[in-house]
Amino acid sequence: MNKAPLCAAGALFAFIATAALAQTAPDPWPGLVTDIFQSRPIAAADGVIDLDAPARAEDAAIVPMTMRFSDPTQIKLATLVIDQNPMPMAAAFTLGEKSGVGFIETRVRVNSYSNVHAVAETSDGRLRADAKFVKASGGCSAPAVKDQDEAIANIGKMKYREFKSADPAKREAQIMIRHPNASGMQMDPVSRAYLPAHFIDQVEVFQGDAPIFKMEGGISLSEDPAFRFSYAPNGAKTIRVEAHDNKGGVYKGEWPIGEAS
Amino acid sequence: MLRLMLALVAMLPTQFAAKAAPAFSLNEIAPGIYAHRGETSLMTRENFGDIANLGAIVGEDAVAVIDTGGSLIEGRAFLAALREKTQKPIRYVINTHAHPDHTFGNGAFVETGATFVGHKNLPRALAARGPHYLSAFRAQMGDALDGVTIVPPTVTVDETLTLDLGHREIVLQAWRTAHSECDLTILDPKSGVLFSGDLLFLQHVPVVDGSLLGFLEVADRLAAIRATQVVAGHGPIPAPWPKALDDERAYLMRLTADLRAAIKKGEGVAAAAKTAGTEEREKWRLFDDYNARNATAGFAELEWEGP
Repeated sequence: MNKAPLCAAGALFAFIATAALAQTAPDPWPGLVTDIFQSRPIAAADGVIDLDAPARAEDAAIVPMTMRFSDPTQIKLATLVIDQNPMPMAAAFTLGEKSGVGFIETRVRVNSYSNVHAVAETSDGRLRADAKFVKASGGCSAPAVKDQDEAIANIGKMKYREFKSADPAKREAQIMIRHPNASGMQMDPVSRAYLPAHFIDQVEVFQGDAPIFKMEGGISLSEDPAFRFSYAPNGAKTIRVEAHDNKGGVYKGEWPIGEAS
Repeated sequence: MLRLMLALVAMLPTQFAAKAAPAFSLNEIAPGIYAHRGETSLMTRENFGDIANLGAIVGEDAVAVIDTGGSLIEGRAFLAALREKTQKPIRYVINTHAHPDHTFGNGAFVETGATFVGHKNLPRALAARGPHYLSAFRAQMGDALDGVTIVPPTVTVDETLTLDLGHREIVLQAWRTAHSECDLTILDPKSGVLFSGDLLFLQHVPVVDGSLLGFLEVADRLAAIRATQVVAGHGPIPAPWPKALDDERAYLMRLTADLRAAIKKGEGVAAAAKTAGTEEREKWRLFDDYNARNATAGFAELEWEGP
């Protein structure tokens, strides 16, 4: 996958200067299709992928987004794009071949009024997209880390949760990873230098040795990245996670899968 | 007041000049203690961002200003009103935290030569959030935002700091992450007046932009402060201390209990944010502007509780 948008840190400052014009600025989507999807044609979702997004970002730093797949066997890759964010490509999920992932919910930062696109690449290599418009949060909400000391102190801690699944053939779980997932935009008050970005760029989730999904992402994911998803159980006894950040940090977790409920 | 209004009109961009300039009220609530009541509202072009309570403490030698308002226009109106009360030098400008309604007026006080004071995390918070605030509030406030600059403190408070204004020593206290990650309170022991910043909301629904559990803990610890009256960050001033904390604590406890129950049931964050805390709706203003946001952030925080 093309990681160019993740690396476009230089564009961040230009974005801030022009953010006030975002509502009247040209639609960034055609450019994003070029950068992220190599200008490939993108068809309407047609039920293949469905994006559930709130009409308004309540907290700019934590906006829940859910991508649902009507037929998981058809989906190879699902990409979540926050069009107006400094780094629009929030997360790209490569689904395991027999993972049976019915939905993935995660949380993102939404800096300003923005379209959000969920793009599925199906097994025939075609792209389909669903889109929702999300109003920016009001008040003093900012897409920033809540407590930077706490975020660094707990970095790499993980939590695994299981839920009752609505679909008896599926299991439902959530992976949470403590990480500031920070943009690096802020200036260090002592050195006056801009702090480098520090974010989770890859998360792999397995049941036993079989991949459920691999996520590649950037700073548009919220701090403490969380992924709730359904999957088709293969009889494995454990869920295993390996996460990496852009500074070389590696974080691993493994948990027994509970009794089916 | 007329002088102030004229001064204000002269400062406004021409398109505002035809409108009635806002009267800036600044009342002496105890000897040498002044407070301004902000509107219980969101920051808009029409209210010049004047939504937070502001204050000033006057000693024998000097003045400490507490928060500066939501625009340069408001900051200048505050300074003009203060100059009608006292000509003593403004030695300190204290920001209770980083939010725009408390700091966007800082620029008006730069030329007074005052030293800016804040929590040890305030410079970092302003650096991380300032650029976003400036662009985000342009959409809400238009040209009422003109001239606003981010002015960080040069003196910071790790735990407590006592400032002497001349036979008047005020005590600044820095708190763990609660309403935000840089909350500071100011106590004037002489009058028994506490300036709580946004660690206390009255009528205006509390806003959680730091830690829900931290806010609850700090609200409990605040109650031990030996004050008799409080100037809250938002709402009526002054209010009786510590009774003024009751409504806020009830709200934060209700929200926490509802979120814990939703997490235990396995609800998702979006669903929980729609319902948690809503029993409190009738007790608060701006509830629908902030409750779902508090619930969203609180959910993400409380989800880490337990095994």
